[in-house]
Amino acid sequence: MSAHILTRSLDRAATAFILIVAAVGILVPLSNLLLPQGSFLQVPTYLVALWGKYVCYAILALSIDLIWGYCGILSLGHGAFFALGGYAMGMYLMRQIGSRGVYGNPILPDFMVFLNWDKLPWYWYGFDMFPFAALMVLVVPGLLAFCFGWLAFRSRVTGVYLSIITQAMTYALLLAFFRNDFGFGGNNGLTDFKDILGFNVQADGTRAALFALSCLALIIGFLICRAIVTSKLGKVLIAVRDAESRTRFLGYRVESYKLFVFTLSACMAGVAGALYVPQVGIINPSEFAPGNSIEAVIWVAVGGRGTLVGAALGAVVVNYAKTFFTSGPLAPYWLFMLGALFILVTLLLPKGIVGTFNSWWEPWRAQRVAAVESAAREDGISEPNSAEQAQ
Amino acid sequence: MNVMDTRATSAMLYLDGVHVSFDGFHAINNLSLALEPGEMRAIIGPNGAGKTTMMDIITGKTKPDEGTVLFDGVTDLTRLDETRIAELGIGRKFQKPTVFESQTVQDNLLLALNVDHSVRGTLFWRESRAETERIQKVLETIRLTDARNRLAGSLSHGQKQWLEIGMLLAQDPKLLLVDEPVAGMTDVETHQTAELLKEINKDHTIMVVEHDMTFVRELGVKVTCLHEGTVLAEGSIDQVSSNERVVEVYLGR
Repeated sequence: MSAHILTRSLDRAATAFILIVAAVGILVPLSNLLLPQGSFLQVPTYLVALWGKYVCYAILALSIDLIWGYCGILSLGHGAFFALGGYAMGMYLMRQIGSRGVYGNPILPDFMVFLNWDKLPWYWYGFDMFPFAALMVLVVPGLLAFCFGWLAFRSRVTGVYLSIITQAMTYALLLAFFRNDFGFGGNNGLTDFKDILGFNVQADGTRAALFALSCLALIIGFLICRAIVTSKLGKVLIAVRDAESRTRFLGYRVESYKLFVFTLSACMAGVAGALYVPQVGIINPSEFAPGNSIEAVIWVAVGGRGTLVGAALGAVVVNYAKTFFTSGPLAPYWLFMLGALFILVTLLLPKGIVGTFNSWWEPWRAQRVAAVESAAREDGISEPNSAEQAQ
Repeated sequence: MNVMDTRATSAMLYLDGVHVSFDGFHAINNLSLALEPGEMRAIIGPNGAGKTTMMDIITGKTKPDEGTVLFDGVTDLTRLDETRIAELGIGRKFQKPTVFESQTVQDNLLLALNVDHSVRGTLFWRESRAETERIQKVLETIRLTDARNRLAGSLSHGQKQWLEIGMLLAQDPKLLLVDEPVAGMTDVETHQTAELLKEINKDHTIMVVEHDMTFVRELGVKVTCLHEGTVLAEGSIDQVSSNERVVEVYLGR
């Protein structure tokens, strides 16, 4: 059964995407570790970490494209799921610090000692074990999305109203995580990490491995999304996006479909956040900022909504541009440029980069196929009435 | 359990004393109507007579303020939502053709088939020969075999109307509600649609709302004229069209 799902999911573009990501995921760490430092082809460590960040953003973009591009759910709060996954990983990394913290407390993270707490809050239990933390990376965002989606989709909250309440959700979390007594490090968040699974997070080898793992997660996430959108479930999702009530009158329980993809998408965003945190070395409440979620939606729009590959491409392109501009004299104008980019893409490339490329490429290819067929017909292979059908 | 004993009526669809008002406007006023199994009924009436609202009530989109709506003599439709009602076997064609424009004709029909509609079922769905044959048959019936791989959005208006009827056929409901099937069609297409509905009526109960009196006459079935949310006249097309009140409010002198 899984074989037919796999063959169905992998068309030429999807295979090419996976091969490229796999090549990057293997070659970049190898070049960083094996080639001599300063050599032309050697990728410096700071770039490995930066690109690793882009790959995590690409996973987040993929999760947004699954619900927005295919099911029409515009979540403007997906950064919340990303940040929750990040916090789950951050909690594990905090507990790994142990007695190496500034205050040297073997159990309590520094910020708790600073707040004069005498014992670990119950919700920090278990985070010293990696498997538990890894599970929470999926469960916490997934559970929040499930509860949120269950209430919203059953009450048939759609369109801009849904977008607004997702914004409210991430903003509420932002405020909660800012509070010191909430137990997640308040304003400063979680940082100063030492080890992950016994490896030093600052070490080149660990960074290279995290980069490779991020690429692997991107490939797996992409495959899951492809398997969904190429199945009959994918057709139902598009039906919901284009004509929701029609789908209902055909006997589909629309809210179940939305809940399924929304929850899955939140889990994916959580994984992206969990891989992001050890690579950037910090997670703080600003990750919940509504602006972050909106920015992620812009990546998808720029790359091409409803194309999956476009979402990942958009995340990398926009973030590369962001790094480029914000590190130069143009830094104060970056937000204006981002806004202008969104407006220009909406006006000039409504289908995004990949969508526009497809709309040029597909007719050209169809034309070429037709030309080959008509050549074959002239050779007397085809029957006469197929010319009529071709018109 | 003997279902026959618990049936309240022999009718496939039974509406009794239904009222609906929107902000004080009485869209449906003490509406009572019964459709026997296997019947085809034409509903006519001026704009705002409540024809579409009646379909909304039957399909669960609108909840009536009071009254009974029974399907197949046993099921109270006022308590169910659209999905459940569709699952019971009531299909609906909208006034404005509503097809999934960005998907192919074939995929539109595939989505309409009355097979497993659960998330799991569709995720692990595999093409089966029986389904392909059913789609093939529907494509022939609605004369869209050659257009099977075209996007539904690229079809002509008349073809979209047919595709939507085809989706109803694929859904294979017990009761079909068809809202203005020939709006915007040419005379030839109108005639073909009448033939198509008659063909479908051989094994389905149909309620069709239409303004085109030539078409209604061609169907040759019992006609109900609605006015201000209630039944004004009922009978053969000749009886109804010679009714004084119907002429006054709808047909014109």
